[in-house]
Amino acid sequence: MLYADTVEANVLVHKPWFVAAMFAAVFAIFFAINLPETAFGELMRPVIGEPAESGVYGRFASALVIAIILTLNIVMIGFVPIHVQIGVVWIELLVLFLAFFYTFQLDFPFILQKLPFMITQGVLTTLYVSAVSIVIASVLAILGAIAKLSSNGFAYAIASFYTSFFRGLPLLMQVYLIYLGLPQLGFVVGAVPAGVLALSLCYGAYMTEIFRAGIQSIDRGQWEASRSIGFSFSLTMRKIILPQALPVIIPPTGNQFIAMLKDSSLVSVIGVWELMFLARTLGQKTFQHMEMLISAAMIYWILSICLELIQSRIERHYGRSKVR
Amino acid sequence: MSAEPIIQAEAVSKWYGAFQALKDINLTIHKGERIVICGPSGSGKSTLIRCFNRLEAHQAGEIRVNGVQLHAKMRNVAAVRSDVGMVFQHFNLFPHMTVLMNCMAGPMWVKGVPADKARQTATKFLERVRIPEQANKFPVQLSGGQQQRVAIARSLCMEPSVMLFDEPTSALDPEMVSEVLDTMTELARDGMTMVCVTHEMGFARAVADRVIFMDYGQIVEEGQPESFFTNPQHDRTKLFLSQILKH
Repeated sequence: MLYADTVEANVLVHKPWFVAAMFAAVFAIFFAINLPETAFGELMRPVIGEPAESGVYGRFASALVIAIILTLNIVMIGFVPIHVQIGVVWIELLVLFLAFFYTFQLDFPFILQKLPFMITQGVLTTLYVSAVSIVIASVLAILGAIAKLSSNGFAYAIASFYTSFFRGLPLLMQVYLIYLGLPQLGFVVGAVPAGVLALSLCYGAYMTEIFRAGIQSIDRGQWEASRSIGFSFSLTMRKIILPQALPVIIPPTGNQFIAMLKDSSLVSVIGVWELMFLARTLGQKTFQHMEMLISAAMIYWILSICLELIQSRIERHYGRSKVR
Repeated sequence: MSAEPIIQAEAVSKWYGAFQALKDINLTIHKGERIVICGPSGSGKSTLIRCFNRLEAHQAGEIRVNGVQLHAKMRNVAAVRSDVGMVFQHFNLFPHMTVLMNCMAGPMWVKGVPADKARQTATKFLERVRIPEQANKFPVQLSGGQQQRVAIARSLCMEPSVMLFDEPTSALDPEMVSEVLDTMTELARDGMTMVCVTHEMGFARAVADRVIFMDYGQIVEEGQPESFFTNPQHDRTKLFLSQILKH
């Protein structure tokens, strides 16, 4: 909530001019689109007859129906409490998406047949690659942040070169460079280690900046109090500064974790059998690309939602000392 | 004064760039002494006491704390700091720890005192500053005066040989000033060596053995509170006292 006013203004969606304007806009947009030619025309068959021959009347009737449904829906939602509003809108959007996928006429038995393998092989590999990369990236980020804040020129130079380089190159290119470049030096790395290395280095660079900002956000007084008691630098860092920086660091880091989960799909280009790789290959033989892509999309989404939930739990945990 | 010296400053100078914050300061503080340092804003009084536990570095002269000289290459700065308590204007309690943990952390992590013993010590000093019932709260749940008393208890838990107070009441609401000053007065009565930067002239008059007036990074005047307040020697001291005591 940004700022809840103490005076309740009139609900926007109940103002006549807003309702009228919205109705007009929706009607105009859907009248411009030739609705009877779409799947919606079939639904309207009892009213407009044969969709292809319904002409202007067909377009008018279809747009009118949609405009009425949408406007009524929004006006009605305006009456219920905020939690119900959120729930209803989520469900409606979800239903619309499912309806969209339904129009692909997906082969569900095929999906069910492939799903177990996508999960045991694909999801597990994706999770494994992301989890290992996230841990390594966090370690790199802490070291990088301390180095960037230190007065040691050597450490600062290495850390700033590292963040500049790995933030400046496309991740896909880093994956190729590490997988194809390291063998030039005589190190032949497997696809999974190469992918993990690329993801860790890249995300470590981004997270270095997040950690640095988090550490810098802590008041100087905390350092002074801690050092004046006699705590060493590393004790101050571990016990005083980092625990306070974590609530600042966690929201953007959670963001990075979610992005990492999906960017791990880039390692599919070097043949790691993770979720994206399977989504592209499993349906190839029978040209059932959509089935696999949509299933993988849903799995990615569910995994991301899980991470979002974990993130909000951690944020609540660290919010304790701020409660009055 | 026959007691042993705890802090000795000889010809101490400090610069921030071209600006000289401390000019040739000579000051010896003996065991059991209560010193009040006052002076206008920017006169270097906070800088001076922050040099005493080397939160700030001085560039010329010598500072010795219990005989240990403070300098850039010293190895045992943590040992000196753990023996010099410091109370800050803005309390600087650790907000992510309970009041009790704030007090236990120092003894446990610096001196390696077992948790049971540290808890006993913490409880003892929280009782001494008269807030044992707040032990399990977090600092934000306390009033400013309570937080400052916790900060005093936190320093006392290290059982320091000298306590530095850096404007301990300047950030407090008026009605909370006295509870902190009372705590400090009791501490003084128990024989703690104290160096207080403060504008609380009533406290200075009642508690101090010596009042030091600083301006432009120099010690302008020092003396017993009685003569300092009733019969200041320097014009700058007179001006300062007239401004601060006007209300």
